Amino acid sequence: MSADTVVQLAHGGGGRLTRELIENEIVTRFGSGPLRGLPDGATLPSPGERLIFTADSFVVQPLEFPGGNIGHLAVHGTVNDLSVCGGEPKWLSLALIIEEGLPFSVLGRILDSVRAAADACGVTVATGDTKVVARGQGDGLYVNTAGIGLALPCFALGQERICEGDCVLINGTLADHGMAVMSARQNMDFINGPVSDTGSVHRLVAAVREFGAAVRFMRDPTRGGVAAVLNEIVEGREIGILLKERDLPLAPATRAVAEMLGIDPLHAASEGRLLLFCDREAAPEILKRWRTLSEGAGAVCLGAVTRDNGRVVMETVTGGRRLVDVPRGELLPRIC
Amino acid sequence: MNYIDAFRDPDVAVQFVRLIAEQGRALAAQGRRVHIMEVCGSHTMAIGRYGIRELLPENVELISGPGCPVCVTDPGYIDAAIALAGQGAILATFGDMIRVPGSESDLTRCRSAGGDVRVCYSPSAAVEIAQSHPDREVVFLAIGFETTIVPVVSIVDEALHAGVRNVSLLTAFKLVPPALHALLADKEIKIDAYLCPAHVSAVIGSQAYEPFAADYHVPCVVAGFEPLDILYGVHGILGQVLKNEARVDNQYARVVRPGGNPKAQARIAQYLEPADAVWRGIGVIPASGLGLRPAFAAYDAERKFGTPVRVGRQHAGCRCGDVIKGKLRPTACPLFAKVCTPDRPVGPCMVSAEGTCAAYFKYTLRDERQGGGK
Amino acid sequence: MCLAVPMKIVEIRADGKGVAELEGSRHVVDLSLVSGARLGVYVIVHAGFAIETLDQEEADATLALFAEIVQSAAEDKVAQ
Repeated sequence: MSADTVVQLAHGGGGRLTRELIENEIVTRFGSGPLRGLPDGATLPSPGERLIFTADSFVVQPLEFPGGNIGHLAVHGTVNDLSVCGGEPKWLSLALIIEEGLPFSVLGRILDSVRAAADACGVTVATGDTKVVARGQGDGLYVNTAGIGLALPCFALGQERICEGDCVLINGTLADHGMAVMSARQNMDFINGPVSDTGSVHRLVAAVREFGAAVRFMRDPTRGGVAAVLNEIVEGREIGILLKERDLPLAPATRAVAEMLGIDPLHAASEGRLLLFCDREAAPEILKRWRTLSEGAGAVCLGAVTRDNGRVVMETVTGGRRLVDVPRGELLPRIC
Repeated sequence: MNYIDAFRDPDVAVQFVRLIAEQGRALAAQGRRVHIMEVCGSHTMAIGRYGIRELLPENVELISGPGCPVCVTDPGYIDAAIALAGQGAILATFGDMIRVPGSESDLTRCRSAGGDVRVCYSPSAAVEIAQSHPDREVVFLAIGFETTIVPVVSIVDEALHAGVRNVSLLTAFKLVPPALHALLADKEIKIDAYLCPAHVSAVIGSQAYEPFAADYHVPCVVAGFEPLDILYGVHGILGQVLKNEARVDNQYARVVRPGGNPKAQARIAQYLEPADAVWRGIGVIPASGLGLRPAFAAYDAERKFGTPVRVGRQHAGCRCGDVIKGKLRPTACPLFAKVCTPDRPVGPCMVSAEGTCAAYFKYTLRDERQGGGK
Repeated sequence: MCLAVPMKIVEIRADGKGVAELEGSRHVVDLSLVSGARLGVYVIVHAGFAIETLDQEEADATLALFAEIVQSAAEDKVAQ
C-alpha cells in the first residue's frame, strides 16, 4: 500500500481509498462522540430548549495565511454566527470538497486546526462528508459547515431594538483578517505583515449574559467589514451611527498595509471580532468584563447611535466628517 | 507612522480651518469666489476621506479635474484589453481599472466570462507572471500619469534584463502639464488656482508649473496628500489670491525638488516618446501621452498583436467630460442617479469611488435618497 | 493617482533592491529610481518602487511651521 502525498480523485470515489482517507484524516481527529462508528447522521440529545441553527461555506484563498487557515475560519466562523445570535455553540457538521492534487500535508494541517479550534470552543464535530473533484475544479479545498447551538434565554436580540444613545462596542482591532489575506494573496512577501484575527467570540457573548436586555444586538463584521454591518443596521431607519476616526483601533501592520494598498479598514473583514450594540449605561461595565479576556483585551467603544436618516458618519482627524458608505464589492488595492 | 501621522495632527487642522475661514471672509468682503482645481485622483480621494470640503468656507470651491487615470481612460482602451483577453492573453492590471466601463463591457464582466484578469499591486508582478506562464502572453494595462509611468515602464527594463519576451504593455500613459494647458485654454472653465499633485510633481519637478503661473496668472501650489498638506495648500493658494499673486509655491518640499527626479525622467526618456492621447471627455490633446519607442516595439501590445486601440463608444448622454472640466455639476447631468449610479456606472466620474459624481452621490444626495422613498 | 507612503530603508540587498519598513511591516522595494538611498533614509513608495527620497530636514521644517501656528494661536487665546 503506497502512501500517497496528494489527494486523488479515487479518494472521493466511495471505495477503499475513501475509507482510508476517512480513517486516517477524519476518525483520528473527530472519531469520538457522535461520529463514532461513522453513522450517516449524528444522534444528538434534545436539549428541550430553542435551538440556533446556522450554515456557512469557506472558500478563502490562500488556504493558509498569516494567523491561521481555512480550518480555523470554518470553526470560528460557524461558532461566531451561533454566538452572535445569543447561542451557546454545541455541534458542527464539516463537509469537505477537496481538489485532486491537494497535498495530504496541507489537509492534515487544516484538519488539525479544525480539531484544535473546536476543542478550544467547546464544540463537537458531529458529522460530515468528503468529496473529491478533478484538478482545476476547486481551489484546493472548499469547506462547508452547519452549526447548532442552544439559545441562551437571557437575550432579547433584535436590530429594531437599537435606538438613539446606544453604544457600539468592539472587542479589538479592525480589518486584521482582510488585510492578512489580501497581503498574502498579492504575493507581496511582507515580513511582519498583518496577521488574521481569526478567533471565536463565544466567551465574549457568555460574558454579557447578565446584561440581558441592555444588549440590543450583536453581529460579527466579516465580509464588508464594520461598514457593512453598521450600514445594514441603520438602513431605512431614523437613526445613524457616528464614529470617531481617532478611536478606531488598528494594529500597526494592518494600518501600514491598508495605507500602502489604499484600502479602507472599515471595509475589510475581521474573523474574531464582535460588534455589540448596547444601552449606553451598560457600556463601561461590558468593556471592563471583556478586557479581562484575552480576546477582549483591546475592547473599545467605536461610536454612538444618533438621530439621523440612515447614515453612518465618521468624524475624521481633521474634524471634517465623511460618510462611511456600504463597500462597493471586491476589496482591491489601488494606486490612485 | 513616521512622517504620516504628524501630517494628520488634529490640533494643526483646527488652526488651518480657522485661518482659511478668515481668508474666506476677506475674500467674501471683496465679493470673490475662488475655484481651486486639483488634478490628482489621490487628492480627490484624500479630500473625500478627510471630509475637507465641509471645513472650507462656502466661497472656496474645490473642483476635481481630470486627475484620475480611471476618469480619463477612453472606453476604446478597455475594449482593446477585453479583446486581448479574448485571444487568450493574461491581463495584469492595477485594481483601479477593474470597473472602468468600456463601450459594451468591463474587466469585471470579462473576468466572469472567463477572461484571465489579474489585479497587481506592483507592475513587477507582470514579469513574474510571464515567467511562470512561458506559453501565455501577459499584457499589462499600462495607464497612469508620471508617477506611475516610471514603475510601469520598468517592466520593459526587467523583461529585457531577464530575457522575458512574453510580456507587453498596452499603453495609455498621460502627462499632466498638457492637460493643465488644455483646461486653462478653455474659456468656459473657471479656474482660479491649481492644487498641484504631490507625486507627479516629485517626478516632473515644481518648476514644471512655472509656465502656468506666468502665462495664465494662476497660483500653483504643490501639496502633499495628507490632510494637513491639503489644508496648508488651500491656505497658501488663498494667500496668493488675496494679494493677486500668481506663483508656483512648493509646499511639498520634503519630497518635491524644483527639477524633479532626474533618474525617473531618464527612465521615461529611455523607453518612451511623446504621443497624442485621447482624454475621455476632453478629446485628443496633442503630445499629452507617451508611447514606447520603436526600438521596444516587441513590448508594445498594440504593435505586437496588431490590435490598435480605437476610440470607443460612450453612452450618448454621458457628460463626464464636462464634469471633469469643472463645467457641470453632477446633478445637471441627465443620467446622474437615474441611469448612472455607483453600482451601475456609465462614466468614470461615477466609477472612481471618489470621482466627482460618486462623491456627490454618496455625500450630498444621500439625504434626499433616504428621506425620499422610504 | 499617486498613492504612495514614506517608508524607512532598513536593508539594502546585493541585487540593489531595498527592504523598507512602515510600522514594523517590511516590504521589498525597487531603489533604481532614486539617488541617495541608504539605511535609515525614508523613501516614497508607489506600486513597489521608491520614486523619491524624503528630505527629513524639509519635513521637520514644515512641521515646525505647523507647530508655530498652533503655538501662536494658543498665545493669542491666553492674551484674550
